[in-house]
Formats: sequence, C-alpha cells, structure tokens
Amino acid sequence: MAKILLHGTEAICEGAIRNGCRAFFGYPITPQNEVPEYMSVNMPKVGGVFVQAESEVAAINMVYGAAGAGVRAMTSSSSPGISLKQEGISYISCARIPCVIVNVMRAGPGLGGILPAQGDYFQATKGGGHGDYHLIVLAPCSAQEACDLTYLAFDLSDKYRVPAMILADGMIGQIMEPVELPPMRPLSDIPKKDWATDGGYGKDRRVLNSLIIKAEELEPHVNALQKTYDEIAANEQRCEEYMIKDAEIVITAYGTVARICKSAAKTLRKEGIKAGVIRPVTLFPFPSKAYERAAEKAEAFLTVELSLGQMVEDVRLAVNGKKPVSFYGRTGGNVMDEEEIVRAAKSALARAREGK
Amino acid sequence: MAKVFKKTKMLTDAHLHYCPGCTHGIVHRLVAESIEELGLQDKAIGIAPVGCAVFAYDYFNCDMQEAAHGRAPAVATGIKRCLPDRLVFVCQGDGDLASIGMAETVHAAARGENITIIFINNSIYGMTGGQMAPTTLIGQKATTCQNGRDPAVNGYPIRVCELLATLDAPYYIERVSTHDVKHVLAAKKAIKKALRFQAEGRGYSFVEVLVSCPTNWHMKPIEALRFMAEETSKTFPLGVYRDKSEGRE
Repeated sequence: MAKILLHGTEAICEGAIRNGCRAFFGYPITPQNEVPEYMSVNMPKVGGVFVQAESEVAAINMVYGAAGAGVRAMTSSSSPGISLKQEGISYISCARIPCVIVNVMRAGPGLGGILPAQGDYFQATKGGGHGDYHLIVLAPCSAQEACDLTYLAFDLSDKYRVPAMILADGMIGQIMEPVELPPMRPLSDIPKKDWATDGGYGKDRRVLNSLIIKAEELEPHVNALQKTYDEIAANEQRCEEYMIKDAEIVITAYGTVARICKSAAKTLRKEGIKAGVIRPVTLFPFPSKAYERAAEKAEAFLTVELSLGQMVEDVRLAVNGKKPVSFYGRTGGNVMDEEEIVRAAKSALARAREGK
Repeated sequence: MAKVFKKTKMLTDAHLHYCPGCTHGIVHRLVAESIEELGLQDKAIGIAPVGCAVFAYDYFNCDMQEAAHGRAPAVATGIKRCLPDRLVFVCQGDGDLASIGMAETVHAAARGENITIIFINNSIYGMTGGQMAPTTLIGQKATTCQNGRDPAVNGYPIRVCELLATLDAPYYIERVSTHDVKHVLAAKKAIKKALRFQAEGRGYSFVEVLVSCPTNWHMKPIEALRFMAEETSKTFPLGVYRDKSEGRE
C-alpha cells in the first residue's frame, strides 16, 4: 500500500480506527486537539461514537462505560488532562477494562507550557493514579509508529485486560511524515469479550467493579493484576537497538528524542567513538533485557530525556551497577540538539574511563 | 396458599445493607419492579454510584458497572452511546450526583443522553457517617455542621430538579417521595414512566426520590418519615418539573 502524508495525531487516530476503535471521548487541550477534531469527523464515518466530554474526568469515565460494554474505546489528552484522568485510569485498571489512553506530553509541572516534553514518564509507567497497578505504555518515535503502536495497543490491552497508554512527546503531535496505513480490520475479526456488561440478566449477568471491600478478596485480586504485569514483562518488551553490537557508549532515549540520539551516534562514529542507541518502544514493560545484554560489552550509558531524569532510573535498574549510567536532559519545552548529545556522550565515556 | 406478593426477579437474593428504617431499599425495589414490568430485564445495564447505593451491583439482577464517585452519568453516556438499544439506568445519592458529580450530572442532562437517572436525596452523606450534603436543609445538623447548616458558612441546599429544568434537553424530570405508601406508589409510577420514556427513545429522564436517613438524622424511623413530609418536602417541593409527553416544558 502506498504511503500517505499524515500528521502524527492523524496517524494515531487511523491506527485506532483501523483496529476496531469505535468510541472516542475527549476534551480539548493543546497540543493534541487534532485528535478529537479528527475523530469527530471520522468516527461517525465508520459507525463509531464521538463525544466531546465536559472534562477529562468525564471523558475517561465515558471510556470506562463504553469499553466496559465491550467496545474498543479511546481517549486522548495532554499532561495536565492526563493528571485529571488518573482517577478513572485507576478504576479501569482495577476493573480490568481494556482501553487506550493517548498522552501527547507537554512541559510541566502545573499548567506548564505547550511545548514538547517527556516529564510524564513516572506517571505513565509507575501507575499514575492511586493503588498498585501499571499500564502498558508504548512510545512512538515517528508518525508511522504512532499509527502502528496505537493499532498494537488495542490488541495488547484486550489480550491482558490492562489499559494501554500511547506516550507521545509533543513533537509527535506536530510532525508530518509519510505513513503506510494498515488495512481496516473487520470488527468480526476482533475476539469477543465474555466479561463485557452489554446487557444481561439473572445467571448471565456480569459486573464490572473496582470495589473489593474484603481484604481477603482484594489481596488476591491485586496479586492477579501483578501476575499479569509479570507476564507482560516477560512477553512484551520491545525496543530498537541501533549500532549496539560493538558500542562503547550506549545512548538511550525514547520517542522523537531517540532520533536525535541516532544522529549523534552517527556523528560520534565518524569521530572514531563507537556509539549505539537503545530506544525503548515499550516503556512498560521496560525492555530491561536489552540493557542487560548491552551492559556486558559497553563501557558507559547515557540516558537522554526531555525531563530532569525519569527513565534514567529504569535504565540504572536494568544496568544494575555493571556500568556507569549518565544523564542529559532538557526541560521546559526545550529540545536538545545533536551537538549537545555528542558532548554529553563524550563526557560520559571519559568519566567512565577515568572510573568516576 | 395463593401468593399475593413476591419479590421481583430483577433483584438478587442478596440482603440489602441499608440501615433499619431507611427507605433507600424501597427505591431499589421500585426500579427493579419497573424494569421487570416493562419487560426490559435482558436489555438492562445499571450503574452503581459511590455512597449508600455502592453495593447496588449486588442487588440488581442484571449487568452492572460500578462507577467512580460522581461519574455515573459519564459512564452511562459511554454505554448508551455505544449500545443505544439497551436500558441504561443510574442510581446516585445527593453527594455523588449534586456535589462531586455535578458537572457530569448537568452535562449528561444538557446533552439529552437517553438514560434514566434515579436520584436518591436524603440530605446527608449516609455511607461516610452523616456529613453535610449539597442538599442538607438549612438548620439541619450534620457532623461537619454540628450546629445546623448555616447559610452564611455553608451556603444553601441545591434543588437539582429545578436546576436541570432550566436546560432544554431533558425529557422528563420529577421529584417524588417515599414517606408514606401513597407517595411510594406515586414514586413507582414516576420511575416506571422515566424508564419507559428511555425505552421509547425519548431522551433524558430524571427522578429525584426523597429518602429518609433515621441513622444520620438521629431520629426514629417514624419521626424521620414525618420530618420528610413536614420539612424536607418544603425545601424540595414534589412535582413534575418537565414532561415533554404532556407538553410541559
């Protein structure tokens, strides 16, 4: 199929629609307004539902209802709006309702700014709302991946009954790139949900609930959730490894930042420094195995983020003290350029060689 | 022996957890009977709130979702938009509906969602132990206004039927009470009408039901019923606030 030029947010929408998403609920917030705008036009075309909710809080609860009734449903927002959705996400996680939440991150904290950032990594990967839970978190680095990962997110979410989040930085919200769209999947091809509350009575009735008031029942429920996260960690780690085999210095970043890191790695190689890149595609599960492998050979790691250091904690856990892990970050909506990364990589390698 | 009365099959056999003398359980029965009498049990999807009716998913014998505090109308919107031929009903108390969930309440009504909201108004937070509600009467004591609700400090009670009746979309809005048999029968009529309107695809229907809370009002059950008749219904007048089937706008 021929490629077409798409906005990153449109690519997200197409990935959703083409994998059976038939309900979208959202509330305007920059920089993701193109998602609800596109869905308001295109959801009705496939017989789907679009509602502009009165708030992010309402939108996530509409997702709870729709997805709970068995329909593939999605909501989208940006950082402050995602904070508002956390209550609903926690309930959805406990009730084990599959759905997809898109976060086109902007700079924070607070109302922050509307420029690209990656400051919501902790919130996305460590639960975000109250209680013991995780989301499946996917981080696209291009319009193509925005489409493909959103498509995948619906399947993973359904398979494990764990909500999935697309964690995109603001650049994905603004980028335009050629995208090859997957074919439209027929709804009949999507596995039936034998737990959905789609109208039933008596013995056939079903309940979706996150109130488990007895301690002796809540503990096994939370343990079962954890078991699912362990399965996800075992089966679903995804990352891109770029020029890793002989790398002395491993630069690691997710999302569009990783693209700048790849350019930096090429430049470093021209200067005789063997650099490679690990780009996590799944942030939860974190692709620890790739770091464990890389830590056998590389001399040092450099984590690069549009934050003051969030993913770096998971990198350090994965590298587990075997090699030094440095960090370089920008925030406030500023994006580092290739030269800054090259400098940071050289300095990280030099420090490692000096044993600092 | 001939059976003259039996429990509706729309209620499970679970024991209701409501306090002695509380009329909340009666409302569950009225809703359940109405659904059965309308023959809509196979299409019913209920939404339980947070508050005294939080365990409603154990009582109604149909598919149920348990919503976060105040979010039930949003949850109902999600279900109904996706499955428009189902009967989607919501039970909410005053804290849930008129305080933390006021935005969801007003906007679901303003959109004219084809759902039925049963609003249990007992003027108090029952489940959490008697704190002031958005519908606590002036002068009425609660654990967070121990000398009685003072408008200068606590503001005034919110009349939800009247508020929603300012919107264009709602099809049916009525306030009923449960303080005696006559009023319970009238409440049943209103609830059944609301559910029927939804089944007929007419739009948003809302029934506010005044309910007693002897425990947190610190009254004997009979006193509580008398208080409803004499005091509660003064602040919250019973009646039809909107019925488009009768041309009442």
